[in-house]
Amino acid sequence: MTEVNTLPSHRILIAKPGLDGHDRGAKIIVRALRDAGFEVIYTGIRQTPEMIARTALQEDVEAVGLSLLSGAHMTLFPRVVDLMKKQGLGGVLVFGGGIIPDEDVAALKKKGVAGVFGPGTPTDAIVAFLRERLDAAPKAAKGSRAKR
Amino acid sequence: MPSAKDVRELAARVRRGDRAAAARALSIVTEERPGHEALAGAFFSDHGASHTVGLCGSPGSGKSSLVNRLVTRLRAAGETVGVLAVDPTSAFTGGAFLGDRMRFQAHSLDDGVFMRSLATRGMMGGLNATIFAAIHVLEACGFSKVLVETVGTGQDEVDVAEVVDTVVCVSAPYQGDEFQAMKAGTMEIGDVFAVNKADLPEVERAVAMLKDALSLNPLHDGGWAPRIAPVSALTGKGVAELAADIDAHRAHLASSGELESRRRRQLRRELSLVLSRRLYRDAMARVTDRHIDLLAAKKSSPQSLGGTLLAGRK
Ligand code: B12
Ligand SMILES: Nc1nc2c(ncn2[C@@H]2O[C@H](COP(=O)(O)OP(=O)(O)O)[C@@H](O)[C@H]2O)c(=O)[nH]1
Ligand SMILES: [Mg+2]
Repeated sequence: MTEVNTLPSHRILIAKPGLDGHDRGAKIIVRALRDAGFEVIYTGIRQTPEMIARTALQEDVEAVGLSLLSGAHMTLFPRVVDLMKKQGLGGVLVFGGGIIPDEDVAALKKKGVAGVFGPGTPTDAIVAFLRERLDAAPKAAKGSRAKR
Repeated sequence: MPSAKDVRELAARVRRGDRAAAARALSIVTEERPGHEALAGAFFSDHGASHTVGLCGSPGSGKSSLVNRLVTRLRAAGETVGVLAVDPTSAFTGGAFLGDRMRFQAHSLDDGVFMRSLATRGMMGGLNATIFAAIHVLEACGFSKVLVETVGTGQDEVDVAEVVDTVVCVSAPYQGDEFQAMKAGTMEIGDVFAVNKADLPEVERAVAMLKDALSLNPLHDGGWAPRIAPVSALTGKGVAELAADIDAHRAHLASSGELESRRRRQLRRELSLVLSRRLYRDAMARVTDRHIDLLAAKKSSPQSLGGTLLAGRK
């Protein structure tokens, strides 16, 4: 048995809501987060917000990253946030990326999407964002995840 | 650290079938968070409540796709299903891509199905040492079947055959190396051999080769002759027969008395894992720079110090 005391890393769900089939960006994020030491679960394309929220519950992730290039982010992202709250997952970080016009970013943040990353974002910036949010303070008692 | 009362409450919620509680309990036991031992201990009494089925085989042989099909079949037969899918942690980054979920999303809204992805995390091979506790959580949650998808075969730290009631070995045509691996260890542990991708040509040859190799093996304990099930997770052909073979094996375990000896083997393995983990952790916690100094000065040996540390001395 080697390294039995290896600490678990953060678990992140990357999901693609809606009918959008553009999955290159999501796959790049999945790989970048894995290489940065995260445990990454990927749903694949064509997920309803309900499926994503339920998956987040079963997998007990600390963060859910949504990827969307079709333009439906203003309806789908907040819907995922709401469904997560309904399931008691209000403490889970929701963030996203894809083709999202600058003018939508502030509105999304108001609706509970903590970070939005568009084309050309270096993946390091996304990793740094997650490290800052997840490594730091203990989660609100709501989520199941405790500080490690 | 959760109090004894917290542990009791969480366990009671899981036993009532609360999925959020099960998800939380799974995190505590698999990540060995504070209180995990008390919690895992509370679920232990559920050992044996479900029929546990392990699926092993090389990456790409189609285990996840088959699990997806089997779940559909089991649900139609009125069963409820818990799934644990294990993927490897990278030894370099500590990260992992847990990709099995992609193939199960059709079941994500079904209340009779619960799936959890796990990483091996520093363990050498396929199964995580906390796999037993994870299985017990799903047993306590009331699933009639618990499926465990693991990576690789043979050299794992924990052999899937010591963890579950029924072992399904998955292979596919064109996997020459797969048959090599099978010869090395899998041939002895498989109760059912699923030859997946039967929609491809060459499947008959793969089945014939497997039959040939299996004919050299003695029967399993209790007189079970391992079954070969050609199946296609792509088209669904053969899935009903595979599910029937799995249930036939479970029935055989019960009627032959082999179930009890398998369950005892599982208990022995679970105990040995808890022991090795605790001994290692407790002994390592006693290691100080002074011990390394002694070794550097060649005043002691790792063997001699190891004995001292294991005996609880410093
Ligand atoms: C490649 C491409 C395709 C490929 C997709 C291949 C695939 N499997 O992904 C194909 C040819 C199939 C395709 C088809 C279509 N496409 Co197209 N496509 C593109 C294109 C040129 C590039 C997308 C891409 O792969 N970029 C590279 C990746 C790496 O970048 P990215 O996805 O943006 O991801 C980065 C960031 O956004 C961010 N990110 C992304 N996701 C996430 C998630 C998280 C959690 C985080 C933190 C960050 C993050 O990080 C990534 C790395 O920096 C874009 C135009 C463009 N310049 O973006 C159009 C584009 C997305 N497509 C478009 C359209 C309209 C279509 C079609 C509807 C065309 C049609 N009429 O048939 C179809 C729909 C297909 C479908 N099923 O959904 C439009 C969308 C318009 C809109 N949003 O209003 C675009 C914007 C082109 C345009 N200017 O009109 N497309
Ligand atoms: N042709 C064919 N391809 C299959 C079948 N089952 C799985 N696959 C493909 O094999 C690849 C690996 O499948 P997956 O279920 O992820 O395998 P795992 O790594 O063993 O879990 C995927 O590309 C599947 O689409 C099958 O029955 N027939
Ligand atoms: Mg798999």
